Amino acid sequence: MISDLLAARSQMAMSLAFHILFAVVGIGMPVLMVIAEMRWRRTGDALHLELATRWAKGTAILFAVGAVSGTVLSFELGLLWPGFMHFSGAIVGMPFALEGFAFFTEAIFLGVYLYGWDRISPRAHVIAGMIVAASGTASAVFVVIANAWMNTPRGFRLEDGRPVAIDPVAAMLTPAAFPEVLHMVIAAFAATGFIVAGIHALMLLRDRDNAFHHRALTVALIVAAPAAIVQPLSGDISARYVARWQPAKLAAMEGQFRTERGAPLRIGGFPDERARVTRHAIEIPYGLSLLAFHDPHALVKGLDAVPRENWPPVRIVHIAFQVMVALGTYMALVSLWVVIAALRRRPIADSRALLRAIAIGGPMGFLAIEAGWTVTEVGRQPWIVYGVLRTADAVTPMPGLVVPFITFTLLYCLLGAIVLWLLYLHVHRSPRVPERDAMAPAARRIPA
Amino acid sequence: MNGPGALPILLAGVMLVSLNAYVLMGGADFGGGVWDLLATGERCDRQRDLIAHAIGPIWEANHVWLILVVVLLFTCFPPAFATLAIVLHVPLALMLIGIVLRGSAFTFRTYGGDEVAAQRRWGRMFAIASTITPVLLGICIGAVASLRVGEAAQRIAAAPRAMGAEVRVGESFSSLYIAPWLTPFAVGVGLLALALFAFLAATYLTLEAPDEELREDFRRRALAAAAAVFVIAFGVLIVARLTTPPRGAPPLAALTARWWALPLHLLTGLAAIGAIWALVARRWRLARVAAAAQVTLILWGWALAQYPYLVPPELTIGGAAAPRRTLVLALWALAIGAVLLIPSLAYLFGIFTGAPQAFGHMDRAVERRE
Ligand code: HDD
Ligand code: HEM
Ligand code: HEM
Repeated sequence: MISDLLAARSQMAMSLAFHILFAVVGIGMPVLMVIAEMRWRRTGDALHLELATRWAKGTAILFAVGAVSGTVLSFELGLLWPGFMHFSGAIVGMPFALEGFAFFTEAIFLGVYLYGWDRISPRAHVIAGMIVAASGTASAVFVVIANAWMNTPRGFRLEDGRPVAIDPVAAMLTPAAFPEVLHMVIAAFAATGFIVAGIHALMLLRDRDNAFHHRALTVALIVAAPAAIVQPLSGDISARYVARWQPAKLAAMEGQFRTERGAPLRIGGFPDERARVTRHAIEIPYGLSLLAFHDPHALVKGLDAVPRENWPPVRIVHIAFQVMVALGTYMALVSLWVVIAALRRRPIADSRALLRAIAIGGPMGFLAIEAGWTVTEVGRQPWIVYGVLRTADAVTPMPGLVVPFITFTLLYCLLGAIVLWLLYLHVHRSPRVPERDAMAPAARRIPA
Repeated sequence: MNGPGALPILLAGVMLVSLNAYVLMGGADFGGGVWDLLATGERCDRQRDLIAHAIGPIWEANHVWLILVVVLLFTCFPPAFATLAIVLHVPLALMLIGIVLRGSAFTFRTYGGDEVAAQRRWGRMFAIASTITPVLLGICIGAVASLRVGEAAQRIAAAPRAMGAEVRVGESFSSLYIAPWLTPFAVGVGLLALALFAFLAATYLTLEAPDEELREDFRRRALAAAAAVFVIAFGVLIVARLTTPPRGAPPLAALTARWWALPLHLLTGLAAIGAIWALVARRWRLARVAAAAQVTLILWGWALAQYPYLVPPELTIGGAAAPRRTLVLALWALAIGAVLLIPSLAYLFGIFTGAPQAFGHMDRAVERRE
């Protein structure tokens, strides 16, 4: 039987990992829909309208699951970690409250957008879509600010283990906030763009001159490619903040057991916590010092500088980090390829190799997001608030936590399976329009 | 006892207003699900369609009121949030399952294709979840009001806490985590919440109905629900008298003892009678207003009876409040949020209430092209 603490951590991790998939779609898809709709309004090309309405339908399903799984999370903060909320509610509740308003705006204008096609003016409809996109991004910004506080807590002083002199504004402006928010928002666009591009690339591989999928692929890549190209740069900013403020996490990410100058960058490999070495890694001399501090001789703290009981699970963090970087590198390279093809004015669908590369990259953004959050959250252990409050001290006193863990896991497995099935049906039913018929003078009449 | 400062009271008041909004709007969406479950007769499909169309564009926005209550509670009154979350873990978790199934099933039915069998299945899941969730919400409120939650929290806190959190001596899992809320009184309040939500929904739907037949269907349902509310409320009162030991009386006793008790009861009764009269006389708008007033007064009666406690018998509004600076900032956030929100909500409801024949839907937009 697993312990209550482990059950609580697993339930939290499972709920977050589930929610983030839908949340990311809620940030990225409105942008795709708005681009498609604007292209339709400008060109009158009915396929773009078709795209916008179909995407809206898929998004409606995902958005609802995002909303209910997010509700579960806000309760779970208390159901599983009452000690954490008791300690930090007054300090870091502010971004959550602001997030609440972002949800409101998002839900209101999503209702307007989905159900208002023929009830409001075209301009109002596009603006409603833009508000949905902006407020989805805002909710991500606020919740990640809350998470950044857990990584670099500020805005209070400890007196006898209790927080005093609380300053919620300082708690929002922590060193982790900017890098984390930047990296997460870009991740959302890269991941959504890539999954959509991947699906339509797959369809194009089967049905080569289907104009519907051409349009969809183009719109998706407009969002995905720039995001995926800048993501490694933003990851570098994140890594440098981690190096400065959370040395134990950096050491775990890199499998760096010894404190040393000119530390090498390890690619791959398996950290052995008992023997305190990382085996089978490709080592690039000075690489880590160079990347983390932009100085080949910089001193990098290893896990030996951290008391053993404060180590995070090294192997999980290291491997998750390697996975994220590998996926991010692949996505960035494919995106560069797309940009080159576009600059040479080659239709993307002409290259089957490129289509295949995009299709393979489809799920990678989501996988990278899960891996990245594993780095952030597991790398923060054993602390729930870094250096201040231990996870073990925050968990609820209620025994038997394995029961809710299993219940919610089953519930989410069921939901996940249904959503996948519905999306499959949805994609399966997409229209088949040969390119030569695509510009038929249809659309302008509609919701105007 | 020192009264809490003005600031905590103000924020507790905002929380109550949000809860009130959730009950009036989100509650009616749940009530809609109840009538979906109970749809009968030859117009049963049309009843279900009407409910779906009325809820569709607005339920996600209505749902956010609950989230607002939760974030305000943990920002402004963190110990109260922690206490409720510990003692009410089981009913809150069950309520969450209900919320998850309700929302997703509703959306799957709307957007999940037109296969009849699948639509039925999602519809059933939506309806059942809509019926169970309000009962659990009511149970939580009833358990807090009956003092059981606060007392259980004291017993949980009294025992030294060990890693792994094993059960305390002399206590069992059920004495600490089940008994506080599985009482006749709390379950009664749960059923009352269900009846009230169903009453609200039916009353609102008389206004949304596109024709006389449907309107009459929901008029009858609203009157039946009003009768159920009356019976259950009476039952709860009796149970409260029989089961609540005198020492545990304050919040409930206050409902009869304080100076405001009589006028409040009179007003509530007036609203209830007004709603029924308006339904009988087919004054739909008046019925809607009176029904909303009745539910609001019941909620405020509970809150006033508990004042100044958030989680009686120990945690008061003043005692649980976060530091001043947090409260001031929260108030600013609320003010700015309200400036953005109120016009947006008005816009949403303005677009979608009334004229249900002309349901704007993207399918129609696409169809019309063809
Ligand atoms: C599309 C998704 C995606 C991609 C391609 C990348 N990442 Fe990432 N990464 C995330 C998605 C993500 C994330 C899931 O969004 C995280 C979790 C917390 C956060 O702020 O972003 C994250 C966290 C995260 C952290 C930890 C921050 C912390 O602990 O607070 C670092 C150091 C990096 N990333 C670095 C990189 C580098 C060097 C990449 C180079 C290719 C990279 N990421 C690609
Ligand atoms: C959505 C993306 C996220 C994912 C996938 C994620 C993942 C995880 C994982 C894997 C754990 C378990 C760590 C362990 O116990 O070893 C965890 C714990 C936790 N996370 Fe996150 N996290 C995410 C975002 C956030 C955010 C934005 C917050 C808060 C604002 C947050 C709050 C917590 C809390 C309170 C815990 C429990 C305590 C702990 O284990 O430290 N997480 N999360
Ligand atoms: C990095 C992690 C997270 C991101 C990027 C994120 C973002 C979002 C977004 C964009 C939505 C809108 C709904 C949708 O698009 O499906 C949403 C919904 C929601 N999220 Fe998260 N979220 C994260 C983690 C969390 C956490 C830790 C909590 C709880 C404490 C939370 C609570 C909620 C709630 C309550 C909703 C529902 C709002 C509604 O009803 O519309 N989220 N989230």
